[in-house]
Amino acid sequence: MSTLTIRSLRKNYGSVEVLKGIDLEAQDGEFIALVGPSGCGKSTLLAMIAGLETVTSGEIRIDGRLVNSIAPKDRDIAMVFQSYALYPTMTVRENITFGMESRRVPKPQQDEAVKRVAAFLQIEPLLRRKPGQLSGGQRQRVAMGRALVRDPKLFLFDEPLSNLDAKLRVDMRTEIKKLHHRVGKTTVYVTHDQVEAMTLASRIAVMHQGSVQQFEEPATIYNRPANMFVAGFMGSPAMNFLPAELSEEGGRPTAVLPTVDGKTASLPIVQALPSDTPRQLLLGIRPEHIYRFDPDLARRKPSIAQIDAVVELVEPTGAETMAVLRLGGKEVTGRFDPDGTPRMGETVTLGIDMARACLFDPTTQRLI
Amino acid sequence: MADDVSLDQMHDRHAATVAARRHFLTRFVIYGLLVIFAAIYLVPLLVVVLNSFRDQQEIARNGLISLPRSFRLEAWGQAWSTYCIGGTCEGMQRNFYNSLKMTIPATIISTVVGAMNGYILSKWRFKGSEALFTCMLLGVFIPGQISLMPWAFILGNLGLSNSTYGLIVIHVIQGISFTTLFCRNYYVSIPDDLIKAARIDGAGFWRIFRKIILPLSSPILIVTVIWQFTGIWNEYLFGVVFTSGQQQPITAALVALTASGTNVRAYDVMSAAVLIGALPPLLIYLFGGKYFVRGLTQGAIK
Repeated sequence: MSTLTIRSLRKNYGSVEVLKGIDLEAQDGEFIALVGPSGCGKSTLLAMIAGLETVTSGEIRIDGRLVNSIAPKDRDIAMVFQSYALYPTMTVRENITFGMESRRVPKPQQDEAVKRVAAFLQIEPLLRRKPGQLSGGQRQRVAMGRALVRDPKLFLFDEPLSNLDAKLRVDMRTEIKKLHHRVGKTTVYVTHDQVEAMTLASRIAVMHQGSVQQFEEPATIYNRPANMFVAGFMGSPAMNFLPAELSEEGGRPTAVLPTVDGKTASLPIVQALPSDTPRQLLLGIRPEHIYRFDPDLARRKPSIAQIDAVVELVEPTGAETMAVLRLGGKEVTGRFDPDGTPRMGETVTLGIDMARACLFDPTTQRLI
Repeated sequence: MADDVSLDQMHDRHAATVAARRHFLTRFVIYGLLVIFAAIYLVPLLVVVLNSFRDQQEIARNGLISLPRSFRLEAWGQAWSTYCIGGTCEGMQRNFYNSLKMTIPATIISTVVGAMNGYILSKWRFKGSEALFTCMLLGVFIPGQISLMPWAFILGNLGLSNSTYGLIVIHVIQGISFTTLFCRNYYVSIPDDLIKAARIDGAGFWRIFRKIILPLSSPILIVTVIWQFTGIWNEYLFGVVFTSGQQQPITAALVALTASGTNVRAYDVMSAAVLIGALPPLLIYLFGGKYFVRGLTQGAIK
């Protein structure tokens, strides 16, 4: 059993407020991802959980125990660093046993632990090598081995994959997921890569400018982002934001927006609207919820609304094709099946799935 | 078409020979200059080395700068153990030992203190540590003459005047600025993540220093040791001011040797004595020079 609870945690560097009252919690065995752009405070937060940075105010509890002023070594945590931070003059084996040596674990017990972890991560052939003789992926494994060998309460990962090349990163991501599955330790994972956060985490905390914007399960973060920052940050290509005016048609609310040649389209709003909904809205639509309109699709999905747009640019990626479309004055990215890709310069009728659309208040930037 | 191609080729070939000739000329100028500069440094040394093996009469007859007509080792023996300086006829050996007795401990102590300072100032920063470092840096720029009087006062009060121990104290303290600067700048380039990882691994201040920092330090420690050893060995001012006679380090004694010539200047003995005095730093540099250059650039360029 190990949990992590963080209550109104603050961090100041002089007069600069880096973290502005963070609340987070991780259940036993949970995988929490802290995601956000650089400078959002996610790494500082992790360092504070580890005890490498002091707490200005608020509290951090591991397993209910207040650890604010407890030294890193006594918090029963293990951390994997972005740079791996392997001790360069020691062999892999010495790297793994360094922590146990510090804690004066008896030799036979150390040997057993090394054997177990080396077998687990398949690094037995590397034990006698120095970190300089290892590839990026191997170093990554050794760094995880060093963390695993201690059997800590909490695993902390600080952007562990960002130094690897693209292919290896995907492989290691899968490995970390498998590893968490098998070990089942409570984990806090810092990343700026929203795909990593989505694939790994049981819950994601999206951070921006020192505060948590939303702390939810990946699906909720993706489908119902709390505000425009979360909506724009999670997902690639990013969500499209279209200014629209709230109107009514046949007793049902619609969003009216300009299309091609000064014409307008009114899209029926599916969700229930609160009474204080502003007249000016921002319609948030993910690229994959824009289709090429056809009656069949409309029959299957009644929430599809029609709208015309001009195709400005087509970017095939192989599995799918991105098209930049001009809708009114705005550029919109749509994600299409390569077979049905629109051509450049063509005016197409799009089908937008209004059931998946998000509405934002342009002044507060919050989800309606 | 075929003609064009061959014309082009000829043109290319011509351009290539011109380029090669210009390349050769540049090389020639560069190497020529290098040889001249090297000679400026090496010829005086060569003169001294040759004179130490020449006979005194021969030097007197043929002049200081000339090729040896004889070869003898007596001057070296005299300079080492029998030549008379200021009334005692023991040669330079006692002063040579004095220099060793002073240089070795002062080098070791100042290097160890510098390494500790550098470790703290780079990896365990505290409020005001940067200011402290800046103050210590001042020591690099303050010339030794300025501190002569204060040192006279301190050594007098400590009862260490006219002793090699007094010189050790001076050289340790004067040297700490340099050793701290070297080590701190080197340790700054060691990633902080290593220290963080070690702290999580349960290692403390000393264990991190011994197990992680020190094993990475050999380049900078070699630099510091060479720098300190040559600096302290070659230092003259403090030696001549604060010690006399049998307590003098070799640099101070060498001057006494040139001054004590009663009748004829013994150029052969003097040359040998100068070389004996210059040998230890030279040997140190020969063995560690490769690391010296490597370590110096590692520390300076980050």
